[in-house]
Amino acid sequence: MKALILVGGFGTRLRPLTITTPKPLVEFGNKPMIVHQIEALVKAGVKDIVLAVSYRPEIMVKAMEKYEKELGIKIHFSVETEPLGTAGPLALAASVLEKDNTPFFVLNSDVICEFPFENLLAFHQAHGGEGTIMVTKVDDPSKYGVVVNRDGGKSSSIERFVEKPTEFISNKINAGIYIFNPAILKRIEARPMSIEKEVFPPMAADGQIHSMELPGFWMDVGQPKDFLTGTGLWLSSVAKKTPAVLASGPQIVGHVLMDPTAKIGENCKIGPNVVLGPGVVVGDGVRMSRSVVLANAVVKDHAWVQSTIVGWSSSVGRWSRLEGVCVLGDDVHISDEIYMNGARVLPHKSVSANVAEPQIIM
Amino acid sequence: MTVLKGVILVGGPSVGTQFRPLSMGVPKPLFPVAGSPMIYHHVNALAKIPGMKEILLVGFFEKEVFDRFLADVQSEFSTVSIRYLREYQSLGTGGGLYHFRDEILRGNPDKFFVLNADIACSFPLESILAFDSQKKAAATIFGFKVDRKLVTKFGNVVLNPETAEVLHFVEKPETVLSDTISCGIYLFNKDIFGVMAEAISSLRAKLLKMDAASDSRPSLLTSNQAERIRLEHDVLSLLAANKQLYCYVGSPVKDFWMQLKTGSSTIPANRLYLQHFKVNAPRRLSHVPTPVAVSPLTPTTPSTSSGIVQPVFIHPSANVHPSARIGPNVSVGPRAVIGRGVRVKDAIILDNVEINHDSCVLNAIVGWDSRVGSWSRIEGAPGESLQLNATYKGMKVPSACILGNNVSVADEVAIRNCIVLPHKELKTSFHNEVLM
Repeated sequence: MKALILVGGFGTRLRPLTITTPKPLVEFGNKPMIVHQIEALVKAGVKDIVLAVSYRPEIMVKAMEKYEKELGIKIHFSVETEPLGTAGPLALAASVLEKDNTPFFVLNSDVICEFPFENLLAFHQAHGGEGTIMVTKVDDPSKYGVVVNRDGGKSSSIERFVEKPTEFISNKINAGIYIFNPAILKRIEARPMSIEKEVFPPMAADGQIHSMELPGFWMDVGQPKDFLTGTGLWLSSVAKKTPAVLASGPQIVGHVLMDPTAKIGENCKIGPNVVLGPGVVVGDGVRMSRSVVLANAVVKDHAWVQSTIVGWSSSVGRWSRLEGVCVLGDDVHISDEIYMNGARVLPHKSVSANVAEPQIIM
Repeated sequence: MTVLKGVILVGGPSVGTQFRPLSMGVPKPLFPVAGSPMIYHHVNALAKIPGMKEILLVGFFEKEVFDRFLADVQSEFSTVSIRYLREYQSLGTGGGLYHFRDEILRGNPDKFFVLNADIACSFPLESILAFDSQKKAAATIFGFKVDRKLVTKFGNVVLNPETAEVLHFVEKPETVLSDTISCGIYLFNKDIFGVMAEAISSLRAKLLKMDAASDSRPSLLTSNQAERIRLEHDVLSLLAANKQLYCYVGSPVKDFWMQLKTGSSTIPANRLYLQHFKVNAPRRLSHVPTPVAVSPLTPTTPSTSSGIVQPVFIHPSANVHPSARIGPNVSVGPRAVIGRGVRVKDAIILDNVEINHDSCVLNAIVGWDSRVGSWSRIEGAPGESLQLNATYKGMKVPSACILGNNVSVADEVAIRNCIVLPHKELKTSFHNEVLM
């Protein structure tokens, strides 16, 4: 089987992390984001994966070679010379996707969920249409494009799509995970094209597209706030499936994932919803919640860290207080006793004054 | 030897509103700075001058207010009589002195110092005395050079640079005349009361004239009002005009001076006193944290973060965890409890305050009996000593964060740049607010 992951561009929404690391390689739950998707695809029998990228960073090619070997798969880079939207990349990668004339998966790289690809394949093959969209229910559908099914919502066949509905007609939104028969490629050209706006509506009119509800959580983690929320949802899901991988002990509160090489000092209170990466050092008397600390970062004694992403090899000073979705890029150093609220700090900066209001530190 | 007296003008309960909420718990002159009541520093400086016979506090607080303080200082400085003279109404800074002239002159002192209560100073009183004895004038005032932007908030002194004679004295001028200001420290001989009598009669004449001009004003008031003379405004300008006033200008290196007007100003005052002690009276600082019983079950790892960063004053009855890091410029009051891994810097922690583990207190005053939870942050802006009018989004912001007495701050909360009135319970974070 085959799959295409829409990676896209520079991941500007996740800056300053993506200034030094391509977005798919930013660790989510101590594993590059894209590896969550690749592993789930491999588990469903996928052997060929196309990464649709608009640039081809060497660091990513190297990283993917490692996973090709480990997982025994082939990873193709399909590089767009101009942005082709969400559909164009499929045409560009048609030679791979058409192989064997079997269905292929397509997914957005920013999405995190339990990736039930096997169920999706079975569901898809059962209805026989050209494509299946995974949908997820949201509280406020007015911000999204919603999916309306036939027979007053009883059928899995999609009747139409409504962009940002002002009146409630459905709370099911496109989750950005699809499976298609190669036949769909006839509908797509190698030009900038939107799969949601230009490909799906005619398929719906033809009765060729169905929806399947995604069980469990779903989150687009393309920006820092959602990255943190998504981390919490993902940790809850891990706690249900494989609770043993989570940290436990008197200093741990709620769901905390800790790399075996991460260290915590004394008198700390870590959690809930914290991820500590490899080589991370947390000092004494540290309080941390709803935060992600990336590899080799240091959080010094008595710091208070909430809703913050601490970038690789960064340090947070003693008695500092970070809150309100602070994101520290690679190699950022925060002095002792500093208060930061919603600060985004670009790589290789040292901060020695308070940042009381959300601000970008260049 | 010159026979001396000292007078401290302490004011009364209706003044010092800018000092709220700290003056809501204790009269402003007794607010502790660098571990002692504000006016203890005055008494200490006066009592140490050879020839000092008596120190008089003059003001219109209830008598009982100073009982305990007087008993304490009297036992410490047993050779000097220390008393409180109560005005039954506010007589103004000059009027109070004039009213008690017989008390001041009893025992026939050669000279007497008059100190305003609301200042923090190195009090170079012996230098002022030596300077004054060369000049043979009615009065010497202590002057200090300040930033020209601040001059208009104070009494402005124009000096003859050769003789140090005061050529001109004007209170809060509209335009800057010089960078020297009068600091609320005066040395007078008994001739001053003659000058005051002159000031009172000229003020009375002025009031009578105004009275005649407007019939609506009851003339009864005028005799009382004339006695409400202000030392700087009415008396010093007259002395300057009569060539009877000299000014001793403090050394910018050895001396310090600032006014204690707002609650925030106690932070720089505390710092100035403590820094002064570090050089001049190191025994007044605390060198070791109070040892506490540490349970053998929870050994504290020796951490580089722990300890005292001088200058710091910690009351002997306070209990500071060895892993806490205190200072510089911190005063900790009696019975205060500072927990494990707490950080305190540029702050005044008052009596019986409890600060729980891993909290951080910066540029702040924590009022009596207040409680700060664990992992909380109490933080003011590091405002400079005299810049007390900072604004944020159009709101006047104190440079220090001030918690009144018996304020309770929950765990993991940040209180930044706030003034919190007494008995408040804060369960969430607040920034840049006055909390009623």
